[in-house]
Amino acid sequence: MDCPKPSLFELFWSTFCIGAVTFGGGYAMIPVLEQTFVSKKGWLSEEEMMDLLAIAEMTPGPIAINASTYVGTKMAGLPGAVSATLGMVMPSFLIIALISGFYLEFKSNPTVAAALLGIRAGVTALVVSAALKLGKKAVRRPADWALCLLAFAAVGFFGLSAILVIVAAGFCGYVLYRKREG
Amino acid sequence: MLLLTLFLIFFEIGIVTFGGGYAMIPLIQAKLVGGGFLSLEEITDMIAISEMTPGPFAVNMATFTGMKLGGLPAAAVCTLGVVLPSLLIIMLVATVSSRMQENKTVKAVMHGIHPAVVGLIAAAALSIGKTALFPMGLAAGISLSSLVLALLCLFSIKKCGLNPIVAIVASGVAGIFLFGGV
Repeated sequence: MDCPKPSLFELFWSTFCIGAVTFGGGYAMIPVLEQTFVSKKGWLSEEEMMDLLAIAEMTPGPIAINASTYVGTKMAGLPGAVSATLGMVMPSFLIIALISGFYLEFKSNPTVAAALLGIRAGVTALVVSAALKLGKKAVRRPADWALCLLAFAAVGFFGLSAILVIVAAGFCGYVLYRKREG
Repeated sequence: MLLLTLFLIFFEIGIVTFGGGYAMIPLIQAKLVGGGFLSLEEITDMIAISEMTPGPFAVNMATFTGMKLGGLPAAAVCTLGVVLPSLLIIMLVATVSSRMQENKTVKAVMHGIHPAVVGLIAAAALSIGKTALFPMGLAAGISLSSLVLALLCLFSIKKCGLNPIVAIVASGVAGIFLFGGV
């Protein structure tokens, strides 16, 4: 495959931009990760992106860090992992270091609160669009739909843990598809 | 030595926390409030701030704790602690996974996992959507401005290919105008 390998700085900068604007936790980051690594830069295929998400959710630690480290390692080994992870961490570190002195004022600032309300709406749209986009590729046959909806219900309504769902889904996949060719 | 203690606390948090930053909240409370480092009130404020600032929640909390207890060096140490487990584990997994990706059994398992991941993302969209569209709680009714903003964003992303990073910034600005009493 003819995809250009990023430089260490490119890795750093790409995760830096993602970390700098993503509010609301790991899932909010998924659409931005997808857009950056798959659509824009072509560093990962959609398939690899889905593998990354599954792994990032099954391993300990923040999804954002797991995803960054994964992409960094795939692209450039250990230096890549460090660059990408450093990039993801830097905005958080800088911002918190800056505001930790006057966080009470920050917390009660009405403009900040208003911006956050807007951002939450935007993030909702983003996560919905990510689900739709990834779903188009990954959810095609009835079996896919069943797994998708069961996972959705398990976590959304029954509050089961994501890892449990993923392990169960993996087991179903094994049972359903192990006999198929390639 | 304080730095070492903090490092070990956050390293442990990094190893044990699966499924996203917020899962670390009980452990943080136990270790930091229980250990007498911070008061419950301070932790609660820090959690709120860490949710309001961009980047991974776990990183925000680690940096914040470090800043409060020992300034920049402590912040760096705590952040390193919480990030290190991810870095090490994922580097291992990413290196091994290239060899595993062609394996038929692995492919079958992943074939089951991918649709489930889409379901998980959809569930995340549901819960994020709930807080975005019903900021005052379900009983208080839907926030029309949030709904319109979310739909506008969704349309722009799907039909006009709006960059997610731009979408987040724009929705933040929109939020200031919609909710900030400007």
